[in-house]
Amino acid sequence: MAAGAHTAVRTDNLASELKAATGQSVFDCYQCGKCTAGCPLASQMDFMPHQILRLLQHAEKHTDEQALRSFSIWLCVGCQTCVSRCPQEVDLPKVMDYLRERSHQRRLAHPAARDILAFHEAFLASIRRHGRLHEVGLIASYKFRTGHFLQDVATAPKLLARGKLRLLAQSCPGKKAVARIFERTQPAREPSA
Amino acid sequence: MRIAYYPGCSLEGSSREYNESLEAIAPLLGWELIEVPDWNCCGASAAHSLNHELALALPARVLALAEKAGFEEVLVPCSACFTRLAAARHALSKDRALAARICELIELDCTGTTKVVSVLELLGRAASDGLAGLVRQPFACKVACYYGCFLTRPAELAVCRRQEDPQEMEELLRVIDAEPIRWAFKVECCGAGLSVARVDSVAELSGRIVEDAVRRGAEAIIVACPMCHTNLDLRRDAICRRRQTEFSIPVLYVTQAVGLALGLSPRRLGLHRHNVPVRLPAREKPEPVRES
Repeated sequence: MAAGAHTAVRTDNLASELKAATGQSVFDCYQCGKCTAGCPLASQMDFMPHQILRLLQHAEKHTDEQALRSFSIWLCVGCQTCVSRCPQEVDLPKVMDYLRERSHQRRLAHPAARDILAFHEAFLASIRRHGRLHEVGLIASYKFRTGHFLQDVATAPKLLARGKLRLLAQSCPGKKAVARIFERTQPAREPSA
Repeated sequence: MRIAYYPGCSLEGSSREYNESLEAIAPLLGWELIEVPDWNCCGASAAHSLNHELALALPARVLALAEKAGFEEVLVPCSACFTRLAAARHALSKDRALAARICELIELDCTGTTKVVSVLELLGRAASDGLAGLVRQPFACKVACYYGCFLTRPAELAVCRRQEDPQEMEELLRVIDAEPIRWAFKVECCGAGLSVARVDSVAELSGRIVEDAVRRGAEAIIVACPMCHTNLDLRRDAICRRRQTEFSIPVLYVTQAVGLALGLSPRRLGLHRHNVPVRLPAREKPEPVRES
């Protein structure tokens, strides 16, 4: 083995990719746990927010994959409480965004995140088509993607009665320009197994 | 004052009363709202969850359109849209290469000259510019001012000065004679975009918020975000089931509270569109003596 090979900086890990893509260094984190203490969704997560950073600090293939397969990254709503209180100013919401995007591309999303992911995908599909979000179309598409046909059946008539459901989509005139933005930014996804 | 206006998608649909109340109070406060021509969706949490570039390009297109139309400021009432537009503007201003790439994507120039302004900021200006003199019906009610996430965080985009205990909404509501309570959940997250995919999570988070407001004697919760409103109002049935308590406290947009104080009718302000009926305590209150 070449001399010094064991000390060479490895770049084939998420921590390095993250640093290059977002400027965020997971090694700034000293595991104080303040992010977890303030996270409104921590109690429903599989890995606590500070543990996600710890997984990335290991920079091993299997710990990187654990982070990408975690449910936590999908549950994070980006409320920004963690980064506001972090003594090291680690932008954890930015880290979560990055992990979600990678997890989605590599088809590693946690099975329990299926509904959340379906919602995001239905949301983006609506904007891609109309330039704006068509809420009724979004809900229909979400139900179709998840099979949750009965969810909110009691809510819909209430909304309709109060004039809050716009049945027809309202497109913006430049919707083709918006669709082109989607085409140009479409990330490559690994083929499904 | 002429200002560009970006209503965003919810204000055209499920949160149309926010739009209605804003458009109703605007002329009384001397605001002329000019809709950004050809505006598109900001991408919301879906875009930044799955595609970083898209999450910058979609709001950047809106900024570019407002800029092209010659506006110095664009009013963005939805807190979620606000944060997406402000974040894009911030990111583009810090990184010229990124700005060039995004401009290429959106086929428009975006130099960041148009500033993003929230309803709270604009109402704050009105408050220091004689709003008190326009009050015809004091909004005499104990209110819990709920900021949620994006008016206070992240710090570099925040509308409010204090992150953990902001005061801007309280100051505004005192001008229309409301009595803001002190409470613990004003900047806690309501569950945001999980409203459809994780109703239970939202019921838990929003439930804590509603419960604390009620426990401390509030008669109304005041919000400035369609997502917060949806979770606290439309998801009230789920909240009550989860907490096994009936909570009847109404949730009003800050524009509706101001509109009532300005003497506009509840119908004009879209109060009939809420899930939780808006019943405010009728109170005799002598016309307050105003210092000129």
